[in-house]
Amino acid sequence: MAISRRQFLGTLGAAVGASAPLTNTHAAGRQFKGYPDSSGVLHDTTLCIGCRKCEEACNRVNDLPKPNTPFDDLTLLDKNRRTDAAVYTVVNRFAPPKKETTPVFVKKQCNHCLEPACASACFVKAFTKTPEGAVVYDESLCVGCRYCMVACPFEVPAYEYDNPLNPKVTKCTLCAPRLAQGKLPGCVESCPREALIFGKRKDLIKMARQRIMARPNLYVDHIYGEHEMGGTSWLYLAGVPFGTIGMREDLGTKSAPELTSGPLSAVPVVVGLWPVLLTGVYAISKRKDKIAQEEKQAALKAARQEAREEQAASLDKLREKMTQEKTAAINFEVKKALEEAAKGQQEE
Amino acid sequence: MKQIVDQIKEKIMEKQVPETSWFSPFNVVTGIILGVGLILTILRFTMGLETVTNLDNNTPWGIWIGFDLLCGVTLAAGGYVTSATCYIFGLKRFHSAVRPAILTAFLGYALVVLALHYDVGRPWRLPYPVFYSQGTSSLLFEVGLCVFLYLSVLFIEYSPAALEWLGFKKARNIIIRLTLVLTIFGVILSTLHQSSLGALFMIAPSKLHPLWYSSYLPVLFFISSIFAGMSMVIFEGSLAHRFLHHKMDQTHLDESLGVALGFSKAASLVMMGYVCVKLLGLSLDNNWHYLTTGWGIWFLVELIGFVIFPALLFAAAHREKNLTFARSAALWTILGIVLNRFNISIIAFNYHLPSDQRYFPSIMEIAISIFIVTLGVVIYRFICTRMPILHEHPDYKSH
Repeated sequence: MAISRRQFLGTLGAAVGASAPLTNTHAAGRQFKGYPDSSGVLHDTTLCIGCRKCEEACNRVNDLPKPNTPFDDLTLLDKNRRTDAAVYTVVNRFAPPKKETTPVFVKKQCNHCLEPACASACFVKAFTKTPEGAVVYDESLCVGCRYCMVACPFEVPAYEYDNPLNPKVTKCTLCAPRLAQGKLPGCVESCPREALIFGKRKDLIKMARQRIMARPNLYVDHIYGEHEMGGTSWLYLAGVPFGTIGMREDLGTKSAPELTSGPLSAVPVVVGLWPVLLTGVYAISKRKDKIAQEEKQAALKAARQEAREEQAASLDKLREKMTQEKTAAINFEVKKALEEAAKGQQEE
Repeated sequence: MKQIVDQIKEKIMEKQVPETSWFSPFNVVTGIILGVGLILTILRFTMGLETVTNLDNNTPWGIWIGFDLLCGVTLAAGGYVTSATCYIFGLKRFHSAVRPAILTAFLGYALVVLALHYDVGRPWRLPYPVFYSQGTSSLLFEVGLCVFLYLSVLFIEYSPAALEWLGFKKARNIIIRLTLVLTIFGVILSTLHQSSLGALFMIAPSKLHPLWYSSYLPVLFFISSIFAGMSMVIFEGSLAHRFLHHKMDQTHLDESLGVALGFSKAASLVMMGYVCVKLLGLSLDNNWHYLTTGWGIWFLVELIGFVIFPALLFAAAHREKNLTFARSAALWTILGIVLNRFNISIIAFNYHLPSDQRYFPSIMEIAISIFIVTLGVVIYRFICTRMPILHEHPDYKSH
């Protein structure tokens, strides 16, 4: 089967063309935009009146221990609170930026990130982002290392520090068990002001945008949670800058897996490169040793040879000298004998 | 089997030095520390972390992670550094330093794992990430897997000393043949988990102060583990010379000055490289303006006072052939490593929180950390007085 150059180039072009969309989808696969039909909650803080009904409902539906102060005690709002082992959600009050306006109330709970930092950080996969939207925790796997709490940018997961042997990490479940039964999350159901709206996340974003457009003077033009840390299932609207109501605006849009993908991708490089490099270094150092050894041997050999030759030369010289001396002595003796013989002859 | 057990028993019970009294100062102090540690251990496992530690929901990691884990692993780096120097780079004059370094590393890692039992909620599940449910997206998984594997490697690397002591020649000779492979394996695992310990914090850019948060964190942790390991070898050598001098043979004594000065030179160079990477990170993130703040001054104290200064002292030590300089620089560097790990895991972590919500370790947390270090010293002493660590076993000379 002969292939002309034109044919070959044509096939090559087709191959490149075919592979291009492949790489594109591959790259797109990394940019996970969340499960398409996942649910979430829109919290419109301009409607919240800080009645703590949601806190009460949360406590009830999750069978959490009853707090010392009753839920209708609103003095608790004076303190800036966070979630803890027995409290999955809190409402905080923030002083208004201008004196004449009313204070702002913000509910705080797990934001159910699209790509959760806790799930990315967990080394036993105890956290799962479900396609329905909730980030759920499996107690049966948890070792209790608390890296999820270090990782969470919203400071949500809490820990049962008082439990010596079976401590759990606790956080809002988005009422996943209730959702499975077709019910609303406890907090959403109990909100008397519809400051909490449950729905599909994509619909909630549209709704939030419509509200901002309809009343641009009331709202800050930002949906908190749309992109923060890669996006969250809980979304927030506010009439004042989010930074002034306890919500960090410096989190960026990078999700947790993106933040750690760099060091993780170094693993195969190290595993692949080190053995080859190190064995090479070993081989080189060994070879150097060997060469040094050989050079030493050669030098020794040469020195020895030289010494031997020198010795031989001096021996030869000595021998020669001795032979000379001997000859001289013999000649002397012969001469002496001859002289004596001549002397004897004369005497006769 | 019974014979082997008897042999081991007999060896352990063998009296090494005639003890003048059970109540030597060393024994009394360590006895008190170990006793307190045991009581606190009981407290930890009956009352929980709340009673023993000052940890809370905002600060889930305290000194048991910042010191016991981060510093423990970094300061145990002498094992891979020294064995690589000797066996891979072929610098045979470091040979007598390998065994003490490997022993320190092995004990260091073993104690890190022990310390984790106090910190995590359900310590019996510590094998889960390796054997049961692998969270491969987590850097902590990488740390856990590598520490588990490296602890095994260190155990095998250490074992010839124990086998020589017990007189198991055959097993010892088999393991000695594995030296090169184990050393290379050790370097790979160390590279991975030393760097991953730094990368652990990359998931929390909003919590760690920008001066310490950097995409170079893994590189910085790895590089610093190299000079931390060298400093530990020098520092530990000075302690061993003082307290275990009688256990050293002539080779060890002859080589020890060369080891200290050689590592001084190397550490000095590596530390300067570390400073360069630090400055590179500062430039890439354009964080220079933070240097004028309070955090910036603290950052400079760490970088100039605890990296550049000891690096220069190391250089001076090498040039002047001054052992005192080398030992001082080593101790100073070790303190610098501890400071750096504390900064990243505790001091500059959660820097945004109001001061009344910040963490400070409780007395009991500190006591447990001291207890674990003391345990290491006691076991190190036990092994060094019995096994051929600081001297060669007469039966295996020049092997």
